[in-house]
Amino acid sequence: MLPTDTRSPDYFHKVVDCQWACPSHTPVPEYIRLIAAGRYTDAYMVNWQSNVFPGILGRTCDRPCEPACRRGRVEKEPVAICRLKRVAADNKDDVQALLPKAPAKANGKRIALVGAGPASLTVARDLAPLGYRVVIFDGDPKAGGMIRTQIPRFRLPESVIDEEVGYITGIGGIELCLGRRVDSMKALLAEGYDAIFVGSGAPRGRELDIPGRKEAAANIHIGIDWLSSVSFGHVDKIGKRVIVLGGGNTAMDCCRTSRRLGGEDVKVIVRSGFDEMKASPWEKEDAMHEDIPILNYLVPKSFTHTDGKLTGVVFEKVKAEYDAKGRRKLVPTGEPDQNFECDDVLVAIGQENAFLWIERDVGIAFDQWNMPKVDPKTMASTHPKVFFGGDAAFGPKNIIWAVAHGHDAAISIDKLVNGEDINRRPPPMVNLASQKMGIHEWSYDNAISNDLRYRVPLREKNVALKDVRLEVELGFDQKLGYLEAERCLNCDVQTVFTAPLCIECDACVDICPVDCITFTENGDETDLRQRLNQPARNLSQALYVSDALKTGRIMAKDEDVCLHCGLCAERCPTGAWDMQKFLLDMTLAGPACHSR
Amino acid sequence: MTYLAKPKLHHPALPKNELGFTRRDYEGAVSTLCAGCGHDSISAAIVQACFELALPPHRIAKLSGIGCSSKTPTYFLGVSHGFNSVHGRMPSVLTGANLANRDLIYLGVSGDGDSASIGLGQFAHVLRRGVNMVYIVENNGVYGLTKGQFSATSDKGSKSKRGVQNLDAPIDLVGMALQLGATFVARSFSGDKEQLVPVIMAALRHHGAAFIDVISPCVAFNNHLGSTKSFDYVREHNDAVNRLDVIEGRAEITAEYAPGTLENVVQHDGSVLRLRKIHADYDAHDRLGAMAYLQERQAAGEIVTGLLYVDPEAHDLHDHIETVETPLNALGEAELIPGSAALQKLNASLR
Repeated sequence: MLPTDTRSPDYFHKVVDCQWACPSHTPVPEYIRLIAAGRYTDAYMVNWQSNVFPGILGRTCDRPCEPACRRGRVEKEPVAICRLKRVAADNKDDVQALLPKAPAKANGKRIALVGAGPASLTVARDLAPLGYRVVIFDGDPKAGGMIRTQIPRFRLPESVIDEEVGYITGIGGIELCLGRRVDSMKALLAEGYDAIFVGSGAPRGRELDIPGRKEAAANIHIGIDWLSSVSFGHVDKIGKRVIVLGGGNTAMDCCRTSRRLGGEDVKVIVRSGFDEMKASPWEKEDAMHEDIPILNYLVPKSFTHTDGKLTGVVFEKVKAEYDAKGRRKLVPTGEPDQNFECDDVLVAIGQENAFLWIERDVGIAFDQWNMPKVDPKTMASTHPKVFFGGDAAFGPKNIIWAVAHGHDAAISIDKLVNGEDINRRPPPMVNLASQKMGIHEWSYDNAISNDLRYRVPLREKNVALKDVRLEVELGFDQKLGYLEAERCLNCDVQTVFTAPLCIECDACVDICPVDCITFTENGDETDLRQRLNQPARNLSQALYVSDALKTGRIMAKDEDVCLHCGLCAERCPTGAWDMQKFLLDMTLAGPACHSR
Repeated sequence: MTYLAKPKLHHPALPKNELGFTRRDYEGAVSTLCAGCGHDSISAAIVQACFELALPPHRIAKLSGIGCSSKTPTYFLGVSHGFNSVHGRMPSVLTGANLANRDLIYLGVSGDGDSASIGLGQFAHVLRRGVNMVYIVENNGVYGLTKGQFSATSDKGSKSKRGVQNLDAPIDLVGMALQLGATFVARSFSGDKEQLVPVIMAALRHHGAAFIDVISPCVAFNNHLGSTKSFDYVREHNDAVNRLDVIEGRAEITAEYAPGTLENVVQHDGSVLRLRKIHADYDAHDRLGAMAYLQERQAAGEIVTGLLYVDPEAHDLHDHIETVETPLNALGEAELIPGSAALQKLNASLR
């Protein structure tokens, strides 16, 4: 193998698994260390800069970082990254003075944002401080989009939404046109904006068209519409027996909300197997904790009703069969159909986009599924001035993806308005600095905690289920937050090897607790991976390979399960190993993203 | 100054031996020696050898004297028996322990000061008596704990870190061990675990007095230009006569070797030492030949390493004095105090 080129920002970035997995590349270990140090405000600002909604995401994020977390590969569970974010948000001081303000003199450019959800708000947050005049349109009376309408209050208090949306609207230069749904792209384009960003989400719940749907309509509700009605206070009760159809996170929100609005016998019923459900594992756990059974392999066949009143749902029992290509098919088991009685049904079987308001002749191309053609890097549509982001771009995803899209679209808009090629994307800001302070002293806490993952304390169930607006998770307090933060392996503190200094004494090999360092003859990657002290079988993790050493051998380090404990550097007599902090900040819209 | 304990977390695929232990179970406390010390590599090699042989840690006794090397038993086999003796007196404590309980595996760890200076007499006698043990000298040719004076194994003409030349002749412990009748003699290098680990494994399987001289560079005081025990010097002048594999049970030879390059040595306990010869004409069963070869190469400035001599049919101290099979410490009162009739009988036999 050729020596690893650590000058490419991607190499060390990939080692920081959580940051690499995060769509907006939040420097996770950096803010976790700040939390451990009690610097909550600083931890909050690191987050705010990168993901815009730390308090909201600290309660609701889909957490792509956690399955990626290295800790999950060396012990049972990853670090509770998401809930640590909330610790920063809960314990910070007043951050108003640290937030950017729109400049006194605007730059004269006007940008329209359709939808006031997380994607649009991110674009506004990135552009308003640069002097842009940003106009946000939304059909709902309050800003926040799905954050406000679809996520139940017992998971996310309204005060948190108001606070973090307020941080953005408080920048200045942002005009909120709420209660105003945009119904013609043509008309919007005619208003002469310098750019238009569509962040209108995936606002339509998928319909379930089976016999009885029309007759029993009064007690059959579309999940996201129903959640929105609960959110705005239009609905405050539901029948005692509720069936929720669907296996995604919306279904989990529906069933848990039902339990708080009078539902006593609430069930979730899914077509597929329990393990293949789309809902995050922790959301399923939370539902089951609230005594909601999840029944699987049942396909709804018809709604039963008498005198126009829903009486139940009939299901066909199915099983999963896999063809030669491994594709799953649900086939009837032949057993008799099952009937479940109920008073109300919530249908949460998916969401769709609705672009009826975009005329097909304005220059925005759509694909065969009626989705706009969007460049995933620039978020540009085929119309030079129109950009998409969030669920409106590629269908339903989650908040953190919407934020990432918003950042990318803001960069494109800023470059477009400045007459630059939007395809030339700015490189990230990267810094690599030694953490050595003394012979056995580092400026990070390199002792490895043996603690297992801490559980977030919950409000008592009988209290929590009484009020749909009472937050059920209490969050980590400062002490638990510190202990959980100490579980972080500081993967951003990189093991950096300088081959000319190495005397091949083996000290690093002997001390490494996870056997990730080997000195051996060079070879191709497949061969080398087999010959390491512990064979490197996780192909998604890189090998760090040095130049040839004095004996002709090379140093090969498997990055997979390195604890970043720094013992290799502590035991190295010549400083060939050093622990260096790799800080990567994504470049946001503004002068730094310009090519000249 | 703080030293971190080695984290408990280990590689998820870390293999286990027949006893269900991982290599990590054979480790000891974290080393307090200088970073990069060759002794730490020897500790790691001992850990690896004991793991691979699946030795029960509670059946091993590690004994040492005074010095950097003699501190190391703290850093391996954390759940084995240990005895840190007076300077240079490890051999007599080991002999006594071995006499009292012949069933334990005895591992003596010493250094060039402890064995070639203050303990030279003890070193000689423990080998001469054929005590069943592994005696490892971690040989760095310098007094590290007292900041870098020449030791008794420093080569004549080698230079100290401050540039002073050593004018005294060195003691060659390997040569002495051969001359004193050790039945397993090897030399290795802390910077070459591929050679060192099998040598330690073979010695642990040897029935009799096994001596291993391990060149172990002192990174703080003896790893400079002009030293003959530095990493660079040893690597440049290493004359390995053979490579060793240790096979438990019957040997299975899969690879093809040119005639005369492979030799299987079956030891007392049935274990097989497979010698892959690097020098085709080096005979590891010829004590005199070994001594001559060593002298010759030493004069040429080379360091001969590998398994230098082994007698697979060796006898130990217990065989010589015909002690009972049962360890003395396991005998009951009746056997240990046979009574006045037995004493009279013994006295009569001596008249």
